Amino acid sequence: MTSSKQALAHLATSADAAPGSQPGAARGAQGRGTPPSGPGSWRSRLYRWDMKASPYAFISPFFIIFGAFGLVPLLYTAWYSLHNVQLSGLDHQTWAGLDNYKNLLSSEFFWNALGNTFTIGVISTVPQLLMALGIAHLLNYRLRGSTVWRVVMLTPYATSVAAATLVFTLLYSWDGGMVNWLLHFVGVHPINWRESDWGGQFAVSSIVIWRWTGYNALIYLAAMQAIPTDLYESAALDGAGRWQQFRHVTVPMLRPTILFTVVVSTIGATQLFGEPLLFGGVSGSKGGSAHQYQTLGLYMYDQGWGIGNLGKASAIAWTMFLILLIVAAINLLITRRLRKSQ
Amino acid sequence: MRTSTRRSRRLGAIAVVAALATGLLAGCSSDPDNGSSDTNNGGSGKGKTTLTIGTFGVFGYKQAGLYDEYTKLHPEISIKENVTTRTDVYWPKTLTRLQAGAGTDDIQAIEIGNIAEAVQTQADKFVDLGKEVDKSQWLEWKTSQATTKDGKTIGLGTDIGPMAICYRKDLFAKAGLETDRTKLAAQWKGDWAKYVDLGKQYMKKAPSGTKFVDSASSVYNAALGGESERYYDKDGNVIWDKSSGVKKSWNAAMTVATSNMSAKLKQFDPTWDQGFAKGSFATVACPAWMMGYIQEKSGASGKGKWDVAAAPTAANWGGSFIGVPTAGKHQKEAIALAKWLTAPEQQAKVFAKQASFPSTPAAYADLKPAADTTAYFSDAPITQIFGDSAKTIPVQYFGVKDQPINTAISDVGILQVEQKGKSPDQGWNAAKAEIKDVLGQ
Repeated sequence: MTSSKQALAHLATSADAAPGSQPGAARGAQGRGTPPSGPGSWRSRLYRWDMKASPYAFISPFFIIFGAFGLVPLLYTAWYSLHNVQLSGLDHQTWAGLDNYKNLLSSEFFWNALGNTFTIGVISTVPQLLMALGIAHLLNYRLRGSTVWRVVMLTPYATSVAAATLVFTLLYSWDGGMVNWLLHFVGVHPINWRESDWGGQFAVSSIVIWRWTGYNALIYLAAMQAIPTDLYESAALDGAGRWQQFRHVTVPMLRPTILFTVVVSTIGATQLFGEPLLFGGVSGSKGGSAHQYQTLGLYMYDQGWGIGNLGKASAIAWTMFLILLIVAAINLLITRRLRKSQ
Repeated sequence: MRTSTRRSRRLGAIAVVAALATGLLAGCSSDPDNGSSDTNNGGSGKGKTTLTIGTFGVFGYKQAGLYDEYTKLHPEISIKENVTTRTDVYWPKTLTRLQAGAGTDDIQAIEIGNIAEAVQTQADKFVDLGKEVDKSQWLEWKTSQATTKDGKTIGLGTDIGPMAICYRKDLFAKAGLETDRTKLAAQWKGDWAKYVDLGKQYMKKAPSGTKFVDSASSVYNAALGGESERYYDKDGNVIWDKSSGVKKSWNAAMTVATSNMSAKLKQFDPTWDQGFAKGSFATVACPAWMMGYIQEKSGASGKGKWDVAAAPTAANWGGSFIGVPTAGKHQKEAIALAKWLTAPEQQAKVFAKQASFPSTPAAYADLKPAADTTAYFSDAPITQIFGDSAKTIPVQYFGVKDQPINTAISDVGILQVEQKGKSPDQGWNAAKAEIKDVLGQ
């Protein structure tokens, strides 16, 4: 789980860098490379061939492995989604056309899962990013032992989903859980977190928030430290207070970073799986007795591995993929709009 | 969550795995070669055949020292057990491997909830063990569950799960109830509704902080375990909503769910374990294999407080089989091992270790539970209580989707009534919608 966002960040930067650096590098090579003998000699041909083919050879492992383990399963899933396939009868698939998709669209469980994914996504992502922004702002001040604070912020991110969720499940347990124990001091009756409609979603979101706020805060912090100090100085000269500096200098300068975290968090929220599965305990893939926190990922897992209906599970997988594309398109539109408004 | 660039992350992992695998494969591929050449050469080398056995949970073979014993008897064999903790992870994995015809272990365990699916859809992937053994060794219903319509037996019975009621004597005394196990058993004999009625009595004078039973679905499962009509009929048709067994068990569970006698715990949750430790419920329907669990979770303070009485009906919960996949390379050796592991003497040894109850009646005569278990449960005649139950358990028919249907009823229907305050009708309808989805209707 840890490397995902880093990987994306890495990809983003290298993609940005690539177009600029490549031609330069090529030019440099041409300058340096002195073709040893006249054209037509096999060495120069080899040399040219090397120049052309090597880059492809270097990047090919990624594409070969992606093809074998990413693309083929992806297409095979699409094939499955058009068939009636049971886990116990993989060889006996029958053509179903779009039945699996039709079945999904008319299934209350699917719409419920879609709704849950959305609401849990909102109540986990929005507070998480806002808190991360605030924390990053605080960490950006000169603090004693700032490294310690930053490391502490990152510890939840380094814990495993399973361990974190297990602890949270105990904290939220109905009878004798710490959350209910604390609530009783303010006169709130014990809440059955797992089985109440909003309680379950809230609890799952809180796990997500706990795990990811620190990570986002560090990303914001890194971006904040790249903001030139003279901007703040001139703002201060103009009489801006700290809050105004934050609003009118920090936030606008962070805009690309904020967009990045929003995109990544949205994708993460769409794929939310581990936390609700483990939070639910036994039969966790149901996402609660009334599916009150069953996300799309859980619904897919339940159909595929719980019930054994692989055709329908594949249809859910592809529907999720389409939803991600739509979400990405919306993100792109908003990004463009924001860029124009700048 | 956050598998944002799941693909790239996965690819990274795969690249590493691929790199490692090339190394490993080289190592692996040489093994079988060595093995076969050794056996061909006969005396020249001490070639060992390694048998693998795929199990889930704790089968107890290793714990009871059976593997060591077998390899001592057969020095040419070595045994490796591949354990997957959870059945819901183990079974899908095994299904795909069986159908791929690769990656299966030489012996593969099958849980009772999956046996119907295995018999009806995977029979051609297993060796017919019926020809290899004397089938009359086993309880008849046990073997018939693993036998196809045309008489092929794909698995040998390991343990079964005869039920009893485990109860807290001390709490019963405080609530002013009978504490003698035979008298109690007589009070609720024949009907789970009577057991639930006793629960109402218990709640009138219940010691504070305690409930009568751990959950409504545990009552449901226990009651259904004693019914001959479950979710499927003999011919494999789904009859769950007309089944008299389901209705009776559902009604008993509803009485529990709508009263205050349930501790409202979900079995095998961490909170359920805490419930044992805190003594927050006075009874639990316990199959033989649960004895060790109760002992462990209740801890030393529960010693001598727990007692065991015969359940209202002879019921079964759980139990397993072991089969030999046809994809295995050492079928002959695997069959011999499977026969040996499921023989009455070996089943008795597993019982002595962890109270998994034998499916072979020949073992019942000289069953000895572990001494500390007997002491823990107030010197109750455990062997006799479970043995009596085992002999009268009705023949039950399981179906392909038995497990998902059961989940829909207990973890959706009953749980909604018990924990979300829905009415029994609403709970039933929720389960119904769920089962429709399960069956793809």
